[in-house]
Amino acid sequence: MTPTSSSTASTASSAGVFDDVVRSESSLRRFLHGLPGVDQVGCEARAAGLATRSIKTTSKAFAIDLAIRMVDLTTLEGQDTHGKVRALASKAMRPDPADPSCPATAAVCVYPDMVATAKQTLGDSGVNVAAVATAFPSGRAAMDIKLADTRDAVEAGADEIDMVIDRGAFLSGRYLDVYEEIAQVKEACGDAHLKVIFETGELQTYDNVRRASWLAMMAGGHFIKTSTGKVQPAATLPVTLIMLEAVRDFREQTGQMVGVKPAGGIKTTKDAIKYLVMVNEIAGPDWLDPDWFRFGASTLLNDLLMQRTKMTTGRYSGPDYFTLD
Amino acid sequence: MSRIDVRKTYKLYIGGQFPRSESGRSYVVNDAKGRLLANAAQASRKDARDAVVAARAAFGGWSTKTAYNRAQIVYRIAEVLEGRREQFEAELRAAEGVSAAKAKTYVDAAIDRLVWYAGWADKITQVVGNANPVAGPFFNLSTPEPSGVIAVVAPRGALLGLVSVVAPLIVTGNTVVVIASQDNPLTAITLGEVMATSDLPGGVVNVLTGSQSEIAPWLASHMDVNGIDLTGVEDAALASELEVAAADNLKRVRRPAPDTDWLLEPGLDRMTRFMETKTVWHPIGV
Repeated sequence: MTPTSSSTASTASSAGVFDDVVRSESSLRRFLHGLPGVDQVGCEARAAGLATRSIKTTSKAFAIDLAIRMVDLTTLEGQDTHGKVRALASKAMRPDPADPSCPATAAVCVYPDMVATAKQTLGDSGVNVAAVATAFPSGRAAMDIKLADTRDAVEAGADEIDMVIDRGAFLSGRYLDVYEEIAQVKEACGDAHLKVIFETGELQTYDNVRRASWLAMMAGGHFIKTSTGKVQPAATLPVTLIMLEAVRDFREQTGQMVGVKPAGGIKTTKDAIKYLVMVNEIAGPDWLDPDWFRFGASTLLNDLLMQRTKMTTGRYSGPDYFTLD
Repeated sequence: MSRIDVRKTYKLYIGGQFPRSESGRSYVVNDAKGRLLANAAQASRKDARDAVVAARAAFGGWSTKTAYNRAQIVYRIAEVLEGRREQFEAELRAAEGVSAAKAKTYVDAAIDRLVWYAGWADKITQVVGNANPVAGPFFNLSTPEPSGVIAVVAPRGALLGLVSVVAPLIVTGNTVVVIASQDNPLTAITLGEVMATSDLPGGVVNVLTGSQSEIAPWLASHMDVNGIDLTGVEDAALASELEVAAADNLKRVRRPAPDTDWLLEPGLDRMTRFMETKTVWHPIGV
């Protein structure tokens, strides 16, 4: 899943657009605090309104297959084993063994030490390996350790790196530190794609989500991601809406597309379809693609498969017929 | 100034709560003389789906309670029913047009039936379980275990019929999705209120009201339902259609018996039909 050539080509040009902004701590703060404030009530009402759309029959079938292709099948537990990662990678390639027409997921998302195992199982199947690096999930480590963590994962074969920002620095207003951190990790990523996790549950306000989005996009993140999944609340519709607005506005200004990944708490097909409706309405149909929108999830996949089976067989399916993971 | 009537809205009973049908539909329920009694919620296939999800979620907790505790809870339903007997007698007389004496007989029998089944909760294993003789140094023990989520098409007897099909399933640890009698659904919902206030965990019994022929096929083909009791199905063509659908995941099926006399003692069959026998081999220590 590599980005289209036009968007990679524009990376360099967009860096120039913000040279003035990132020149100093104060100019960066002026820019971020100059972003229009988020109307909290309006944003939540808009998200709730979009969530009432009814998606049925062929549209629903399309949405389910698209959502499966967008899943970053995730296991980020202290108890992960190589066996579990292999099982998960097999499931990512063939989510429904009983139905060859079922598409593969976009990626599997694991800790850096599991990257080699995942890569070995996935081979050249087209399913990417994403690794969470930079002292996930807290991000509390020295910079050189974060960079070493990132390089480790890339060397082991990770196609995508999910980094966490230093929320402490962000909340205390040291935006330039966060900017530098993202830029350095991006450099360490080399060819791997960089997803920047904000942990929106810790950012306190919607205004902060908008600022973090712009900060990460200016620093060169390929994706902006809501949460680690370890903090509640994780991904919510209003937060994702703000991030989708940010990537839309960023493209208008720079011509460069950035992806969005809500992660954590999306468990049902109904939820996933609400997100897809929002992607289409806020960012636009260009983002309805696994290259530009992902779901960080594990339990979601089984519900998508059950709904898919319901649509193909005409009867309700049950969890007994899908793997536990 | 005369007081305005406060009338009850009859809704569904799913997962311990009383939601309206997701479809927003309702249908008219008439009394025995054809006069309007109330409107009942007309459940859709999605309500049935939600009920199965609730029943599945409740199964783990309910089936692992001790049999003794399940007995206490089913007995508690009988106690609460006893306390509201006037309401049930009045409802039966209105809905089925039976005499006061007949209504009292049915309510008595329903309460006694619950007490009778409650007593079976911690005895059924002794009666149908077994220590099997085997040619080797092993204990070989067979014990009955609940099947899981059971869908039930309830018969016409609005109170006694319903109690007689639901009680044997829950005392053994199954959870239930029951389609109430289409013509007499109101008592089933009132019975739901009794169960909701009897320590019965939400989701163990879920009551749907509406069209049997609309909802039952979805439950019969549902892959997460482990058994289906067709007692109340009166249309032979529908019954065979449901049996065929149920075969897809090898559901246990109880065939239709719409004309049962519910006042007779029921026997064990309603309990044992929806149980699985588990046999374990255990080495005898030297």
